[in-house]
Amino acid sequence: MSNKGQTLAEKILNFKSPGVSAGDIAIADIDLAFVQDTTGPLTMRQFNNSGFQYVANPEKTIIFLDHAAPSPNRQLSNDHLFLRQFAREKGIALSEVGNGVCHQLVAENFACPGDVIVGSDSHTVTAGALGAFATGMGSSDIAVAMALGKTWLRVPESFLISLKGTFPRGVYAKDLILHLIGLLGADGATYKALEFNGEALTDITMSQRLTIANMAVEAGAKVGLFPSDEVTRQFLAAQGRADHFRPLVPDADATYERTIAMDLSQLMPTVSLPHTVDNTCAVHEIKGTKVQQAFIGTCTNGRLDDLEIAAGILEGKKTHLSTRLLIAPASRRVLKEAISKGYIPTLLEAGAIILPPGCAACLGLHQGILGDGEACISTANRNFRGRMGNPEGLVYLASPATVAASALRGEITDPREVL
Amino acid sequence: MAGKAIKGKTLKLGDNISTDLITPGRYAHLRSNLPELAKHVLEDADPEFAAKVQPGDILVAGRNFGLGSSREHAPVVIKMSGINAILVKSVARIFFRNAINQGMPVLICDTDKIAAGDEVEINPDKGIIVNTTTGAVLSCGKIPPLMSAILDEGGLISYIQKHGDFVL
Repeated sequence: MSNKGQTLAEKILNFKSPGVSAGDIAIADIDLAFVQDTTGPLTMRQFNNSGFQYVANPEKTIIFLDHAAPSPNRQLSNDHLFLRQFAREKGIALSEVGNGVCHQLVAENFACPGDVIVGSDSHTVTAGALGAFATGMGSSDIAVAMALGKTWLRVPESFLISLKGTFPRGVYAKDLILHLIGLLGADGATYKALEFNGEALTDITMSQRLTIANMAVEAGAKVGLFPSDEVTRQFLAAQGRADHFRPLVPDADATYERTIAMDLSQLMPTVSLPHTVDNTCAVHEIKGTKVQQAFIGTCTNGRLDDLEIAAGILEGKKTHLSTRLLIAPASRRVLKEAISKGYIPTLLEAGAIILPPGCAACLGLHQGILGDGEACISTANRNFRGRMGNPEGLVYLASPATVAASALRGEITDPREVL
Repeated sequence: MAGKAIKGKTLKLGDNISTDLITPGRYAHLRSNLPELAKHVLEDADPEFAAKVQPGDILVAGRNFGLGSSREHAPVVIKMSGINAILVKSVARIFFRNAINQGMPVLICDTDKIAAGDEVEINPDKGIIVNTTTGAVLSCGKIPPLMSAILDEGGLISYIQKHGDFVL
């Protein structure tokens, strides 16, 4: 092994393939391989086509039914049948419709610091919040990862995102990552690792880290990594997984291709305008833009604290008559806790529509498809043309606070005006 | 990459062609029926694309081609449309891997030097693209060795069937 200081990405890939550094090809054993229901059927067909009979590590392989949940049509229902049968035949776990979004369930139940995780979904990067090298791949790669129990990875160069300060009132992790993507551009970190660190880290919760890591891919990054620290330890302990904790920090003399310093106290509520995620501006610059739909949920912002923020803004109030508010908790656990803490009753009273845990309206196959010319403000991670099921729809991305405030007024609203 | 030149007429698109533009989520129910899914290839980027494309054509686009989802259906439907190679200014990493895994070459070059309808000849081994319509000679980056080996076998599944493992 070289004596050169290692980034988090280099450190984790060295656990699997000793001696590698940025630019090298690592062959890595997989700690978790998973698929979801829109990429899973092709993965399983590729697996069968390759002639493999057995999944190398059934206990480290999961199928999630979350994108079409419950299925809106016959074809996707038949895809679910195919995946359920594959799971039974190969002895691998399947997370049923209604349990929640794969990335949330991976964070709650499976991801550990130092793991290598691959999933046939681009937002697999979410688990980087726990210090796992987690990245999205296509169906052929996941089929081979399932069959061999390993994959190949080019060790990425890293950008250090150094964070200081604290979030001002009305500003959240979502605003940070949208601002950063605006700064880098949608291809500004292609093939790179984004590594978050700095004195602000101790105040950034696991839920916020998941929001940030989730969107690393929207700047083109291969992974978005956080160190494994006290926040990680407490999160794992709260999930009953205290024994999965291991501390993980980059070396002080690690080499970064680029360093970007961000002061949280200087950030503003931020929004991505149609049709690219890097098309960002401050919310107040477009305030007054009418929205017919507001959506709070997804692997980006469908967690308990997100629903708490929304409930806080909407408590005792009603959503605007011209705006429907959709809420999709990221997991069954989030939904149960949001009910017991009173957030769901508050949101229902305010006029919200509660959708089952899952991807819901995010990717345009059900549960909230836009009409021609309609605009939606959403806590999701993508606003590409056609994303919400209609190329004539417009999608704006923002924090749960901005979305809740906009649902209240029927137009894009700076949350600081209603907090 | 077997040293074979790829010749063809080009179809051209712009920057940021996302996987949602290539194969939108609203057609997710067709993903187990690829011939039907392929009818909608690139529909939201160019509604005439499926009608225009001819077997052997070469797809040319700008920056950050294939950004977004990991859906391998994106290169699958492009390949099914008859496209033989993709030339772009830059490519998103998951799409790049998926395209190579499907046996579809993706090469990086200055695509401003190629107009829609130009005939081009790609020599991947030499890292050269000749625009035979204008006479311009463009350099293109080479595909990294492991990916080039996967491409030589026609994709990842055939590569693994042949080698049984990754060979570095």
